[in-house]
Amino acid sequence: MYSDKVMDHFENPRNVGELADASGSGTVGNAKCGDIMKMDIKVEDDIITDVKFKTFGCCAAVATSSMATEMIKGKTVSDALALTNRAVAEALDGLPPVKMHCSILAEEAIHAALEDYQKKHPQG
Amino acid sequence: MSDKRIIYLDNAATTAVRKEVLDAMLPWFIEHYGNPSSIHSVGRDAKRAVENARKQVAMAIGAQPQEIYFTGGGSESDNWAIRSAAEMLQSKGKHIITSSVEHHAVLHTCEYLEKKQGCRVTYLPVDEDGRVNPDDVKAAIAEDTVLITIMAANNEIGTLQPIAEIGRIAKEAGVLFHTDAVQAIGAIPVDVNEWNVGLLSLSAHKFHGPKGVGALYIRKGVRMNNLIYGGAQEKNLRAGTENLASIVGLGKAIELATAELPAHAARMTMLRDRLIRGILEAIPDVRLNGHATQRLPGNVNVSVRYIEGESLLMRLDLAGVEASSGSACTSGSLDPSHVLLAIGLPHEIAHGSLRLSLGNGNTDADVDYVLKVLPGIVETLRAMSPLSASNACPA
Repeated sequence: MYSDKVMDHFENPRNVGELADASGSGTVGNAKCGDIMKMDIKVEDDIITDVKFKTFGCCAAVATSSMATEMIKGKTVSDALALTNRAVAEALDGLPPVKMHCSILAEEAIHAALEDYQKKHPQG
Repeated sequence: MSDKRIIYLDNAATTAVRKEVLDAMLPWFIEHYGNPSSIHSVGRDAKRAVENARKQVAMAIGAQPQEIYFTGGGSESDNWAIRSAAEMLQSKGKHIITSSVEHHAVLHTCEYLEKKQGCRVTYLPVDEDGRVNPDDVKAAIAEDTVLITIMAANNEIGTLQPIAEIGRIAKEAGVLFHTDAVQAIGAIPVDVNEWNVGLLSLSAHKFHGPKGVGALYIRKGVRMNNLIYGGAQEKNLRAGTENLASIVGLGKAIELATAELPAHAARMTMLRDRLIRGILEAIPDVRLNGHATQRLPGNVNVSVRYIEGESLLMRLDLAGVEASSGSACTSGSLDPSHVLLAIGLPHEIAHGSLRLSLGNGNTDADVDYVLKVLPGIVETLRAMSPLSASNACPA
């Protein structure tokens, strides 16, 4: 049911953890639905230099979190804001239709962290 | 894959067919392939095999052979029992009593009768162990109650219901009583007279028989609707040429399961309690779901806090352990298991449930292996989780 890439990111998730000196962080989802994602980002000179995540959720939720962190690392804030859930799902060679909401959650988590950063750093 | 050790702990979902059962089935494909309705000798052979299986099933549950009707499995038996009772008794009333922890084959049939047939259904609550209070059954019985349907043993959390007590109440009130005994056969003693049931559902593949075959016990005198029209099979009630080899397999499987029940249940209970104790001792923030002692001998169901069930299942699968969960991600909806919610678990704890169900093939070594790998898997997943004891539910 899951692609090899999903299984790889589930078994060996990239960028798990938290950043003590995060420039922004965001938590989305809720325990009721069974998915919670927390993203911490470190931004230096408009570049995302580090990102870490923690996820409570299914295999697809872990894999989309992991892939999303890889896709925004090294990107500018505006490039990261342009990341779509579809792009995350495609990078994982697709997700089962019932799991697409996990990729939406990953996009929302990234956005929440970036918005938190922008709020704290109004000059950008 | 081939050299990977597989520990199958999902026997509540289905079981392997036993060698003796398969051996009993095989002659009925090529050597003896007759249609039990044919009057020639090949047909009569097949008919005898079907009737022998009917006796085996009857013997196992304290019934008469003529009270056993073969079906396509547990869900079919449940659907038939409930729909027929509602339809046949509608002149008497339209009220059905059931519980909130039934299998969906019962719950969805009741919902259909509510929505499409104007029935009134009482879904009784359960206590924190998943038990129905017989007093609640008694109190729910009204003038127009035509059916009580309560399962003998829960498929998810393994809790045994006080079926004999509920049966007594139903008998005193003169209300037809159906029980879904799909998980009970081969696990606990089943006797239709001790339980005072009018209808009882069972399914072969839960006790090392083949899939796609089951039976409905229909007490003599209970009037039933046709399930399938078009033939004289099963006393005209369920038409269609009998699933010969599978029916033979059901008969053999239930005979073996019943004969071996005391020893089997004792061994399963020992393995179960070792697993439960081992998990609770090795992993913090874990709770046992279901009754501690009034539970199926092979059922372990725990909630592991701060992690989600599907992730846990996938990690266990990678380690060769096949299990099941009541999390939303395994149910195909956004809600976790209705059973876990009915026993009062908050959603986030219900999402982290793990069911390990033991069967004939499991050994002490399997329990040792699970106890060896599970704590590490939980630790890995918890390290990835934003939830923890100090941060139980941020959203």
